[in-house]
Amino acid sequence: MAIVDSMNNTRLPMQVTPADWPGGYWWHWLFFTVILIVFVLVMVMGAIYIERRGLGRMQSRLGPNRVGPFGLLQPVADAIKVLLKENIVPNSADKVVHWLAPIIAFVPAMMIFAVVPFQNGALLADLNIGILYVIAISSVSTIGVFMAGWGSSNKYSLLGAMRNVAAVVSYEIPLVLAVIGVVLMAGSLSLNQIVLKQDIPFILLQPLGFLLFFAAGCAEINRSPFDLFEADQELVAGFHTEYSGMKFAMFYLVEYGEAIAMSAIITTLFLSGWRGPLLPPWLWFILKTLIIFFLMVWTRTTFPRARIDQLMALAWKFLFPLALINLFITAIQILVWPDALPWILIFINIAIMVILILLWSKFFKLGWGRIEV
Amino acid sequence: MTTTGEITFKTEPFVLNFGPVHPSTHGVYRMRATLDGEVVLDIEPVFGYLHRGIEKLAEERTYTGFIPLTDRLDYISPMSNNLGYCLAVEKLAGIKVPERAEYIRVIMAELQRLANHCIAVGSFLSDCGAMFTPFMYMFREREKILDLFDMVCGGRLTYNYMRIGGVSQDIPDEFLPALQKFMGTMPGMIEEWENLLKQNEILLARTKGVGILPREMAINCGISGPVARGSGVKWDLRKADPYCIYDRFEFDIPTGEVGDCYDRYRVRVEEMKQSLRIIKQAMEKVPSGPVRAEVPHLIRPPAGEAYAHIEAPKGELGFYIVSDSSIAPYRCHVRPTSLINLTALREMVKGWKVADLIAIFGSIDITMGEVDR
Amino acid sequence: MKFERYGIGLIKGMVVTIKHLLRHPTVNQFPEQRLNISRRFRGNELIWSRERCTGCASCAKTCPQGAIEIVTATNLADNKYEVQKYQVDTGYCIQCGLCVEVCPYDALFMGYSYERAKYRRGELVQSDDELLESPQRPASGYFHPEIAEKLPKQTLLVEKIVEKRK
Repeated sequence: MAIVDSMNNTRLPMQVTPADWPGGYWWHWLFFTVILIVFVLVMVMGAIYIERRGLGRMQSRLGPNRVGPFGLLQPVADAIKVLLKENIVPNSADKVVHWLAPIIAFVPAMMIFAVVPFQNGALLADLNIGILYVIAISSVSTIGVFMAGWGSSNKYSLLGAMRNVAAVVSYEIPLVLAVIGVVLMAGSLSLNQIVLKQDIPFILLQPLGFLLFFAAGCAEINRSPFDLFEADQELVAGFHTEYSGMKFAMFYLVEYGEAIAMSAIITTLFLSGWRGPLLPPWLWFILKTLIIFFLMVWTRTTFPRARIDQLMALAWKFLFPLALINLFITAIQILVWPDALPWILIFINIAIMVILILLWSKFFKLGWGRIEV
Repeated sequence: MTTTGEITFKTEPFVLNFGPVHPSTHGVYRMRATLDGEVVLDIEPVFGYLHRGIEKLAEERTYTGFIPLTDRLDYISPMSNNLGYCLAVEKLAGIKVPERAEYIRVIMAELQRLANHCIAVGSFLSDCGAMFTPFMYMFREREKILDLFDMVCGGRLTYNYMRIGGVSQDIPDEFLPALQKFMGTMPGMIEEWENLLKQNEILLARTKGVGILPREMAINCGISGPVARGSGVKWDLRKADPYCIYDRFEFDIPTGEVGDCYDRYRVRVEEMKQSLRIIKQAMEKVPSGPVRAEVPHLIRPPAGEAYAHIEAPKGELGFYIVSDSSIAPYRCHVRPTSLINLTALREMVKGWKVADLIAIFGSIDITMGEVDR
Repeated sequence: MKFERYGIGLIKGMVVTIKHLLRHPTVNQFPEQRLNISRRFRGNELIWSRERCTGCASCAKTCPQGAIEIVTATNLADNKYEVQKYQVDTGYCIQCGLCVEVCPYDALFMGYSYERAKYRRGELVQSDDELLESPQRPASGYFHPEIAEKLPKQTLLVEKIVEKRK
C-alpha cells in the first residue's frame, strides 16, 4: 500500500486524514492502529533483545544466543514462558484494582505513538497539540503503578509505588520545561511540524535541553541510574512484587514500551525524526529510536544507582533550575535574534550548556549541605 | 511523631526482616532492621545459618587432615586460612620452613589477596547498583588467578596446598611464566576499573560520607583489615608483626582518612596494587630447594598452646591451637575476622537509609563461612 | 576548582564500557567448546592400582572423612597382605588428595574427569574393580609428575584472551 509522499517543507493543512489518503477516515484509522500495535510489540521485543545482548557484550560476556539464530527468538521464548505461568493473586488484595493496574499502566505507553510521525504526514492523528498530548498521557501510567502498589496489599509494594509516584511527579517539571524550549524553536506543538522545522537537528541548537530531557525521561520510566523502584539489591522488589504471569508481562512491556516511546519522542524532538538522505523515512525513524535506546542501555550498564533522596535532590535542585534557565535563554534568543544564522547559535548554546553545568554542579549540595558532589 | 506545619502525623517504626537468603551476594545472613520510614534506627543480626562445627571437627581430625577443612572457613580466600593454620602448628611444634617454601607461600598469599579483593570490590559496587558490570570485569581477573592456582594444586576453591612445614608440591615449570604474563595485564586492568568507577559522581554521592566508622571505635571494637585501615588506623600485621619473610619486601600500607565506604573501597584497590608489587619482588628471588620440611604425616607436636595470626585479606585471622601431644589438636579456635568486623555494623548504619544499609554491609566484606564456622 | 567531578567521571565510565563492546567476550560455550583442565586436577573419582597396593591402609588412616574402607587378610602362600575389599565412598570424599599424597607405593591416583554424576546414591560407593584405571577413567597428575607430563596443557585465560593494550 503505497503512501504518496511529499517531501517538501510546506505546512500541511490540519486535518486528521491527509487529503491524499485512499479510502477515507476509517480505513486510515484501521491501518495505523494495526501498524502501531504491531510496531510497538515488535520494537519492544527488539528492545529487550538489544538490551540483553548489549548489556552482555559490554560486560565482556555474550547475551542470550541459544534460542534461535543469535538468540533473536529469546524475547519470544520469554513471552511464552510468562504466558504459561500461574496467575497468583494475593488473598487480601483488592481484586479490581489489582486486575486493572497493568492495563492502566500499559495503555498510555501505546497511546503515545498515536502522534509520533513515521513519515511526512504518516501518523494516526495529526493533532495540533501533539506534544502536550504526549506529556499528559505519559502521566497516566503513574496511576497504574500506584494502583499496583496499593492493590497488592503488601507494604513493600506500597513503599515502592509511593517512591515511584513522588519521583515521577518531580521529574515531570524539568521534562516539560525542556520540551518547551524545543517548542519555542519550532513554533508549534504538533510533532509533525516540529520535525518539518528541523533543518538542523535541535540537539545541536538545544544541547542542554537534550540532556535534561534524557535525564528526566530516564527517571520517568524507571531506568538506571534511577531504577531504584525495582532494585533487586534492596528490600523491595518494587510495585510489581505480587504479580505473576501475564500481568507481570504487562509491567515488563510497560517498562520497555515506555523506553521505546521516550526514545521515539526524543528522536522526533531532537534528532529530526524521519528526515535523512538515502533510506526510506520510516527506517531512519526506527534507526534513530534504536540508537537512543542503545544510549539508555549504555548508561544502565555503567552507572550505579542513585538513592531516593539523591534522586529528588537531583530533580529539584539541579535539573529544574537548569531547565528554567534554558527556557529563558531560548526565549531571549528567539525574541532578539529570530533570523540569526543557526551555526552561531549552535556554538553559543553549547558553550552556555557547558558553563551552566560546571557552575551549577559546583553549587549542588546534597543532604542539607553535608555532602558536596 | 513527625510534624509538618500544622498537621501532626503519628508514625511508628517497624521491623523489617532481611531474610537469610539475600539478593546481594554475601551468604546466609539475617538482619532485623528497625526502620522509621526509610531511616534505619537499629539492626539486630541473626547468624549461625552456616554453622558446621569446624572447631569441634578439628578435635577429631589429625593436624594434616584438618587442612582441607580450613579451606572451607573463608571460602573466598582459602590460601590464607591454610597459611594461618600451618603457621600456628609450626609455631607449636617448632618446625622451620625451607626458603623456597616461604617464597611460594608469600606469592600464593598475595595472589589470594588480589583474588579476594576482586570479589570484595565487585560485590560492593554491584550492591551500590552498578548492574554487575564491575563484578563481571573483576571476576574475569579472578578467573586468571584461579587458573594459576589450579595449575599448582588441582583445585579452584579448595586448595589444600599448604602443609605443616611448607607447601605440598613444588610449582610446575609453567607457573612462573604464566604468572609473569598475568602481572603484565593486571595493572592495566586495575586502571580500567578505576576509569570506570573511581570518579563516578553517582558512586561518590552514594558512598562518600556514608557509614563512617570513627577511628577510636575501630580500635576499641578490634576491627582489623581494610575496614580499620579505611578509618585511619595504620595497622597491618605484615609490618607490625612480620610473619613468613614479609620483612624482606618493600610495600606501603594504604590508609583512608574518614572511614566511610568510599575510603574502604579505595583502600582495597590500593592494596591490590601493593600486592602486585610484593609478588613482583618475590618472583625475582625464588631460590631453589626443597618445598617441604621433613615432617611426619601424623605429626604429634609437644603439649602446649600457640596462637598465630596473619593478615588475611579481610583482616586479622588467628588460629589458637592447644595440643596434648596426640595426633589431633585438643582445641582449635579460629579468630573469625568477618565476625569481629561485623560487630561494628550496628554502629555504622544508625541514621542512614535502607539503600545505604546494603552498601555499608557490602563494604565491610564478610564471608559467612568465617562468621559461622 | 577541581574540574574532574563535573560529569567527567560519568563520561570516562561510559568510554570504558563502550570499549568492551568492541572486544571479544571472555566466554566459552560449554558443550561445544571445552577447556583443558589442570594437569593436577583433583577430579571426583579415585583410581586404585591393584598390583601396587599392599593393604597398608595409610590412605584410610589419613583420609579426613574416613571414606576409605579396606579389608585385608593374610595370604600365607604368597607371604603378603591380600586386599579383599577396597571400598571408597565417593559421596563422603572431599577430593582433598591426602590419600594420594601419603600412599607409599604410588598405588592411588586422583581422577581426571569432572562429569561423573550418578543417578543413584548407591552408585557413589565404589569398590575393587570399579576403581581400576581405564580409558573411561583417566588418572590425573596430582602428585604423579610422570602422568602430569603426558596430559594436555591447561588452557589459561591469560593466554587465551589477549586484550590489545596501548
